[in-house]
Amino acid sequence: MTVSQILFILFALATLVAAYLVVTVRNLIHAALWLVASLLGIAAIFVMLDASFMATVEVVLYVGAIAILIVFAVMLTRRVMEDVGSQRTDNWWFAAILSGLFFASTSILIWFTKWPNLPEGDVGDTVLILGKSLVDPNKYVIPFEVASVLLIVALIGSIAVALPSKQSE
Amino acid sequence: MAHEWIFIGILLLLGIVFAALPIVVNSIIAPRKPHPLKNETYECGMETVGDTWIQFKVQYYIFSLVFVIFDVEIVFLFPWAVAYKELPFFAVVEGVIFIVILAGGLLYAWRKGALDWV
Amino acid sequence: MPEVRVGDLLVSLYDLLGWGLSELGLYPSVVSILQKLVAGFILANFCLLTPLLTIWLERKVSARFQDRLGPNRVGPYGLFQGFADIVKLITKEDITPAGADKTVFNIGPVLAVMSVLGIWAVIPFTSTMVGTDINVGILYSVAVGAIGTLAIMMGGWASNNKYALLGSFRTVSQLVSYEVPMIIALLIPTLLAGSMRMNTIVQEQQVWFIVAAPIAGLIFLISGIAEVGRAPFDLLEAESEIVAGFHVEYTGMKFGVWMLAEFLHAFTVSAITAVVFLGGWRGPWVDQYPLLGIVYFLIKTYLVSMLMLWIRVTVPRVRIDQMNDLNWKFLVPLSLAVLVMTALVDKLIPVDFSAGSRSLILFLVNIVIVVATLLVLRGVSRKEQAAQSDLQAEVNSI
Repeated sequence: MTVSQILFILFALATLVAAYLVVTVRNLIHAALWLVASLLGIAAIFVMLDASFMATVEVVLYVGAIAILIVFAVMLTRRVMEDVGSQRTDNWWFAAILSGLFFASTSILIWFTKWPNLPEGDVGDTVLILGKSLVDPNKYVIPFEVASVLLIVALIGSIAVALPSKQSE
Repeated sequence: MAHEWIFIGILLLLGIVFAALPIVVNSIIAPRKPHPLKNETYECGMETVGDTWIQFKVQYYIFSLVFVIFDVEIVFLFPWAVAYKELPFFAVVEGVIFIVILAGGLLYAWRKGALDWV
Repeated sequence: MPEVRVGDLLVSLYDLLGWGLSELGLYPSVVSILQKLVAGFILANFCLLTPLLTIWLERKVSARFQDRLGPNRVGPYGLFQGFADIVKLITKEDITPAGADKTVFNIGPVLAVMSVLGIWAVIPFTSTMVGTDINVGILYSVAVGAIGTLAIMMGGWASNNKYALLGSFRTVSQLVSYEVPMIIALLIPTLLAGSMRMNTIVQEQQVWFIVAAPIAGLIFLISGIAEVGRAPFDLLEAESEIVAGFHVEYTGMKFGVWMLAEFLHAFTVSAITAVVFLGGWRGPWVDQYPLLGIVYFLIKTYLVSMLMLWIRVTVPRVRIDQMNDLNWKFLVPLSLAVLVMTALVDKLIPVDFSAGSRSLILFLVNIVIVVATLLVLRGVSRKEQAAQSDLQAEVNSI
């Protein structure tokens, strides 16, 4: 059992426990904070896979922007913060069977796929390769530009939904 | 490459220890004279009235929304900036197109009044 | 046994420690972890003791700005005032308000200090002495700073106090808004240096980046001042307006830890400015004696820190709508414009130009952008003045 395996098991366990607590804890703010903990666990696993750029991007975007958005949304609707009802509905057995089927099918899919091997040795600076392939006409430039259009659509959509209508004031 | 991050992990753990140490020392050596008046919430000497909740001001949320969009844009631009020195001029123009499209989004938000603090 | 080079003293001591530990017969990975632990311990001590000196310097200098003396009782020239403050804070009673969320209340300050300390892992002190030179250094410092924002949110909410909650909302919305021009301003040195590693950025600065990108440096400085919540952007803790903001319910050393996190963050932003824009550890004779790099780095950091202090004692506080307008309607479009112009012009300059002439051409481009901005602002203010006088004429005619 090498050190990196032990570390991976630790981080994976921490992430899973935090993810479990997100859905079972009653206080919504605590759930949001456990979400932050599980996201940081995922970032640590990215680091162990030598994807340091992805780990940093995940912390910047998820913890630095999206978690704050979620916490804002929860805090600004404070009336509904305490979840006092029962945690289960009447059809919980059906949901359990469905999610068990989903888990089993995904596990079989992951286990039996022939994943391509990672290139051996040192490939150089991964961020440089990513940057060059993002603007290479043979590689990913179309998704790169479409991503900007997608972002502007998201911006316009969210402003259209969230902005209070000016006429009523 | 992952072993470079071990120092970061060590420093973050040390940071937690160094920050928690004064707090623990404080809770040990400080006097403990509990009084119900001390535990009340502070409101410039007056008593609080009503629940602790504040008026929903949608501006806070809209600023965070716009920030998320711009954050994703900037994160896309970092690999482009790192590869900048080895890119042909056409690739630099592609990045500039990316920025200009999102600047158009900022202009839309500005004209719609989403960036005003009313 | 590795030799001790006087010119590179600290790194030689580090190597000596590693040699000594491996002579004891430990595994090499354990040796390296122990080495890193000692180095991290020393770095953390440096980071936590520097604010004491910086706070003393700040109190003395701002006192002189205001024509008074500043602390001069405790120790020679008041040098031990910081220790006296710590002793005072540590003996204050630890009061948790009723109805506060105890765990979150206690984690807040600890997380804030942890996030600021994490930034120091990537800052290069000399050419050979950097905590760890990861390949995403700049983005990492932004990421870890974002965790501090979350800590402020937690602290403000857990206090169960209307004003703390309101203060933490305003704080988080300010910090989050000013991250956009800050990161865009950091893109320009990345562009010019071709890497996100902090040490590479310093090594590529044959001419300091403040010459090639002065507007970017200024935008980074302004956004940095807003990010740490110093004046003129200190509406986060405006005593007269919002009763000390999000840390109103914190007492004793927890309050001390919040203050420590704020000062250390201000010092850290100065350090990043010095590294990325002012050439970090570069200076005369650093090639033969790398240890001199620390001296140059600290001088530059303290210069930027004193610049922040100068702005603090001079300028009044901004209102929250002015702050938001400044960010979204001025700094963000300006930084995007500078980024686009720098990217386009730098690619059009032929490759065989020397670094000095390259920087000069980019400097001229920046001057052009400044002139254009001033013209646009003049046009906008003229329109506003015309609208104002129309309104006045209407009012007078009634």
